[in-house]
Amino acid sequence: MSASAQLPAPPQPVEEVQPPSTEVGVLGWLHHNLFNSKLNGLLTIVLGVVVLVVIIGLAQWMLFDARWGVITDNMRLFLVGRFPQEEIWRVWLALTLVSLASGLTAGSSSSGAVRMLATMLMAGQLMLAALILVSGLGLVAALALVAGAVVVLLAMLIAGRFRIRRLWTSLIWLAAAISGVLLLAGLGETSILPTVSTTVWGGLLLTMVLSVAGILLSFPLGVLLAVGRRSRLPVVRIVSTTYIELIRAVPLISILFMAQFLFPLVLPEGLRIDNVIRAIGGITLFSAAYVAENVRGGLQAIPAGQHEAAFAIGLRTWQTTVFIVLPQALRITIPANVGLFISLLKDTTLAYIIGLLEILGIGRAVLAQPEWLGTQFEVYFFVAAVFFVLSYTLSQASYRLEKELGIGER
Amino acid sequence: MSDPLMSDPLTTNEPTVQGISTKPRDVTRTPPGPDAEDIIICREVHKWFGELHVLNGINITVKSGEVLVIAGPSGSGKSTWIRTINRLEEHQRGDIIIDGIELTNDIRNIAAIRSEIGMVFQQFNLFPHLSVLQNITLGPIRVRKIRRELAEERAMQLLNRVGIPEQALKYPAQLSGGQQQRVAIARALAMDPKIMLFDEPTSALDPEMISEVLDVMRELAESGMTMLVVTHEMGFAKAAADRMVFFDAGNIVEQGPPEQIFEHPQHDRTKLFLSQILTH
Repeated sequence: MSASAQLPAPPQPVEEVQPPSTEVGVLGWLHHNLFNSKLNGLLTIVLGVVVLVVIIGLAQWMLFDARWGVITDNMRLFLVGRFPQEEIWRVWLALTLVSLASGLTAGSSSSGAVRMLATMLMAGQLMLAALILVSGLGLVAALALVAGAVVVLLAMLIAGRFRIRRLWTSLIWLAAAISGVLLLAGLGETSILPTVSTTVWGGLLLTMVLSVAGILLSFPLGVLLAVGRRSRLPVVRIVSTTYIELIRAVPLISILFMAQFLFPLVLPEGLRIDNVIRAIGGITLFSAAYVAENVRGGLQAIPAGQHEAAFAIGLRTWQTTVFIVLPQALRITIPANVGLFISLLKDTTLAYIIGLLEILGIGRAVLAQPEWLGTQFEVYFFVAAVFFVLSYTLSQASYRLEKELGIGER
Repeated sequence: MSDPLMSDPLTTNEPTVQGISTKPRDVTRTPPGPDAEDIIICREVHKWFGELHVLNGINITVKSGEVLVIAGPSGSGKSTWIRTINRLEEHQRGDIIIDGIELTNDIRNIAAIRSEIGMVFQQFNLFPHLSVLQNITLGPIRVRKIRRELAEERAMQLLNRVGIPEQALKYPAQLSGGQQQRVAIARALAMDPKIMLFDEPTSALDPEMISEVLDVMRELAESGMTMLVVTHEMGFAKAAADRMVFFDAGNIVEQGPPEQIFEHPQHDRTKLFLSQILTH
């Protein structure tokens, strides 16, 4: 007998029992999610076939049957409306200024949401440049947009090195906004920047002007109305409440109509307000009432203890509102407000009813061209795709923002 | 609730009706003498919540540097009373005079008085969107108009004093309850108050966190701060209070040095209350 036979057998390494192949990996996933019962298996197969048929059909149409010429031939109209060809550089320059401001802000900011918006501005300009190239609108315009994208990138890198204070980025934004508006509208007939009437503004340019102005103006107005509605001063409270309830009881279209047709009757003879400004006014007044109600909900969610703690360290009522209550209320209402702004963005299409040719209005005008009869599907598909990109960017930025601001949550 | 009470060396005796050791309290400070100034004067203070008469003619004078512990059954008006001191609740009749200033509806008086009085709440009420440091510096910067750097330096000193300087850049939600309450104390102290109000500061805390807050409060009491403390922590009352005030049905039914209240309660309601919270 050998010595080894007397020793107890060394413990065999326990063979690790592998889970059955139906539990893990691709098979496991399929089993759990798609074929976990007979009915679900059947549904999976049927729906799979339906989805496949739809996708193949859509792809075939997009690649072979669609007459994309209606888009490419009219790309200028879709982008800027009837903005005069010789002044078009002003649009690109304004866009570049916005790119500069966005890049500097994003580079100095630690917020992923802000960085994402700047990145999307960069990507968006590259996409537009590609569209312009495909449409044969000229190398110069495409290069201008690529330059805009490069400006965003460079500004982000530079500002990333030398963090710029918020005060400065705010001033840069103010300067960019003012010079952008002046570039688009012009300084007067005889100046270096001849006036470009807003009646020729159109397409994506007009959509962006209406929605950005609407969002930027209606947000502060809405916050003021929300605070006003909870004011202890009866006059402020009653005025705010009446305004909010009145506006919310009326559809946007009727407000736009009123801005268009009623104002001129009331205004003194000779005083004419620009159509685009009237539309912005109507959209702002309408949207502010909804912002106000969103924010009021946020204000009500702040516990009384927050007010008490603020009062106890000697803060005045307005300081309590500005430093304690509003920051928390606005944070809670980010999802609701971004939702509202996305719908505002899409509601700017109603402006075509009062004769403004924003991107959907341009689409309808294009469809009236005899050579492009019957291309509704192409046109509306394109318009929908543009709105999808814009809206989806907004909603993704809002999710980022919510996550970032979640740090301080109770 | 029995654990922290029983683990306190002052309360480990056999539970009797009074249930409290009669050892002399560990006085490391001298209580304010009779010539100390009257910092809080309440005369016939009444308050109603609608029909409910919650304060029924409170008469009391607190001297500068005095530590008051206010006890009594819930609903007896003790919290409401200390909340009238900094006008979180308005009284409807009688006079309240704080450090020579009478509390009226005059906004300037209210602001002046509030900046002299620190308050610590049962639910901490820290500002969740601000970091610990920002919570503490907000008042000094916005109300006292102190430079940010100075305010932050002072805030760090206070965080050291309450024992959590390493938490300065965190947000309230990242701290334990005891830590949050210590930040709340630092926030109140940052205004250099003459009076500190504590409204059941340990009632919302897990038992193992109560002592860390009470330690800070005892240190504060020893430093000579005028304190009004609504609490059920009788160990703290025994160790730190100069005077116990017993509330019932919107009135002060009994007051005196803690030894006297614990050993020879005069009023039936006081006897019942003490026996209920000290024996279980």
